[in-house]
Amino acid sequence: MKKNWWKILSLLLLVYTIVGGLLMDVPRLFILNETIRNLYFHVCMWFGMMILFTISFYYSIKYLRGFNLRNDIFAQQYAAVGAFFGILGYATGTLWANYTWVTDQSQSLGSILKEPKLIGAAIALLIYGAYFVLRGSFTDIDKKARISAVYNIFAFAMLFPSIWIIPRLVGSLHPGAPGSDSGNPALNFKDIDSRLRMVFYPAVIGWTLLGVWITTLKIRLQLLKDKSLINE
Amino acid sequence: MNKKLSRLFMLVFGLLANMVVSAQEAEPQMADIMRSNGKIYVVVAVCLTILLGLFLYVYLIDRKINRLENNKD
Repeated sequence: MKKNWWKILSLLLLVYTIVGGLLMDVPRLFILNETIRNLYFHVCMWFGMMILFTISFYYSIKYLRGFNLRNDIFAQQYAAVGAFFGILGYATGTLWANYTWVTDQSQSLGSILKEPKLIGAAIALLIYGAYFVLRGSFTDIDKKARISAVYNIFAFAMLFPSIWIIPRLVGSLHPGAPGSDSGNPALNFKDIDSRLRMVFYPAVIGWTLLGVWITTLKIRLQLLKDKSLINE
Repeated sequence: MNKKLSRLFMLVFGLLANMVVSAQEAEPQMADIMRSNGKIYVVVAVCLTILLGLFLYVYLIDRKINRLENNKD
């Protein structure tokens, strides 16, 4: 019997996220108004993506240390679900920005398109997109696994500079940029309101566990498919 | 049918206009009316239904893969 408690934990945390996230008190802020509740959904997608990409990075290194194809499958599927979370985060971000970033006449679609956080996130997702293109372009399984594992390490090395560091060196409308009074939203204990934190952290864990669950399903399917290739 | 549709549009546009207006007022305007008349619970119920449906779906796939794994061995 496998241990499944964390799947139930994920369900409970996400039920709490929706009930608490929609009903509990949030700080009353200008411009953001009720949309601050997106913190429990939009931001969690990005956190989930970063955690899944980190796991993928771990398995790529593990693959390169022993050349066990099993680890390559793990790395591939974690990256796939991570990229999916990233796309969801990007899509929800466009919706949120559409209603909160265009607040006066000087801000238009043009100013949003120049937004460094958006460009950085797009670069990061495209780099991971290239990972899947690279994987698909090999016919030799071992070569595919080796080169894509090395590429995955490069992609992970580019991830944090492009989504965190560069947007913070230049001005940005996104919270956390220089000039805005929020230093490190979501992680800094002084910045984020304690009412938000009570739902936000469980939400991150819940969404990430759901992502991990979906990934384990994809891994198990792939292992079934490739059973003849993997010598355990 | 058409009437209902146009009413729905009016409601949606009304809500959007509200959001735009609220940015200019002195006190940040929140969806207090939705809370006081209890309609927010409808939203919570809808979101919970979707979430439970998704989890049921993932669970069923999980069970199916379990069966596949057991058959092969």
